[in-house]
Amino acid sequence: MSLKRKDLLSLASLSVDEIALILETADSFKEVTGREIKKVPALRGKTVVNLFFEPSTRTRTSFELAAKRLSADVINFSPSSSSVVKGETLLDTARNIEAMQADIIVLRHSSAGAAETLARGVKSSVINAGDGWHEHPTQALLDLYTIRGRGMGFRGLRVAIVGDVAHSRVARSNIYALTKLGAEVRLVGPPTMMPWGVEKLGVKVYSDMDEGLRGVNVIMMLRLQLERQGRALFPTIREYARLYGLTAERVKLADTGAIVMHPGPINRGVEIAPDVADSLSSVILDQVANGVAVRMGILYLMSEAG
Amino acid sequence: MDAGDIARALTRIAHEIVERNKGVKDLALVGIRTGGVHLAHRLVKRIQSIEGAQIPIGELDITLYRDDLALRKNQPVLRKTSVPFDMADKVVVLVDDVLFTGRTIRAAMDGLMDFGRPGEIQLAVLVDRGHRQLPIKANYIGKNLPTSREEKIQVLLEEGGEDDRVVIFKA
Repeated sequence: MSLKRKDLLSLASLSVDEIALILETADSFKEVTGREIKKVPALRGKTVVNLFFEPSTRTRTSFELAAKRLSADVINFSPSSSSVVKGETLLDTARNIEAMQADIIVLRHSSAGAAETLARGVKSSVINAGDGWHEHPTQALLDLYTIRGRGMGFRGLRVAIVGDVAHSRVARSNIYALTKLGAEVRLVGPPTMMPWGVEKLGVKVYSDMDEGLRGVNVIMMLRLQLERQGRALFPTIREYARLYGLTAERVKLADTGAIVMHPGPINRGVEIAPDVADSLSSVILDQVANGVAVRMGILYLMSEAG
Repeated sequence: MDAGDIARALTRIAHEIVERNKGVKDLALVGIRTGGVHLAHRLVKRIQSIEGAQIPIGELDITLYRDDLALRKNQPVLRKTSVPFDMADKVVVLVDDVLFTGRTIRAAMDGLMDFGRPGEIQLAVLVDRGHRQLPIKANYIGKNLPTSREEKIQVLLEEGGEDDRVVIFKA
């Protein structure tokens, strides 16, 4: 079986079989990243372009490393140092990159749907590395991979996603993926941070964190986007941290052996207590390590001859 | 070849490996996915019963090293590679079921080198069907089977849920 699609835009559009294929393929690349020589010639002669219109360290570095370990050539574009400041549109920028024979474009953009627009306009494969509040599929896939790597099955798995769900593309991609795979998804956070009508996606909403965490197998914390402070979503950071910060006591409410995840960057002492972030149940750095293997798998599967 | 022929060929190859390397010191076997892996396990069992010593064994998926990877419409499904021993200065015997164009072996040697610097690489195959496209030659051969390019050869093994046999058919 192979991925019968040109682009990877969302988890809403991926089938269970496709998700399984990506996770299995990542296993092979996990082995490669554990070798002394962490490089294979699979994508020799292919060009991967990282087109990041929003700041990102983790995701861009992870994609860059993944492409390099597959022997692809990598170009990084950031808007501040490109013609975008001269007023070029997204599609024109992308068409120019495509004219230079780029095989895969990795796009991070602040507008929801940017990746889809781009995918329709260019022949190159497009991978969505986060579009506005819409989706961040590779993050969700590496989250799934990390959960699976801990020996947990998805059917019946209880997962609490805690924080600003409404403004989180990571949460949205994970909700689509986890519900598709048969997990029980709980969303925990203040009502101001819950997307309207989200129950329709088959999730349960909790505004009381202690109640939401009871008995879960996975606690997925979201970053509190401090830049949104002052938009009346929450009164003060201190109050938010008290009501929705993950402390060691709260972790005890979850199932024994529960894991704590966070897509990064973490705000220590806000959504997650420092001792929890560094605890044994935290898999935050596993997520980062797995991210490279998962993205190698995705680049490999997307690189079929057109 | 039937089950008896395969068993006898493997027994002979096991003896040849031991003879050529004057024992099993620094010896390791690496099977190429999928058929080669099964054959490597069988060879290791035989060599261990001859010499009474443990021999490290590895499994190699050569997909990522194929020279036609960029040209294929569908990416082949990847399988696990595991080389759980230090390759340095070992005599590594690559094991595959059928030797044909030699391209798989080229890819396997490249893959092997990424795990370290073996002292020597040797090649054992159950069937050599000719038609090499690269200057590659096996050290141990179960059987030479002259074929035409249009024919296909399949090595069916118990580990794959079949009765042991080698079949030739027109594609």
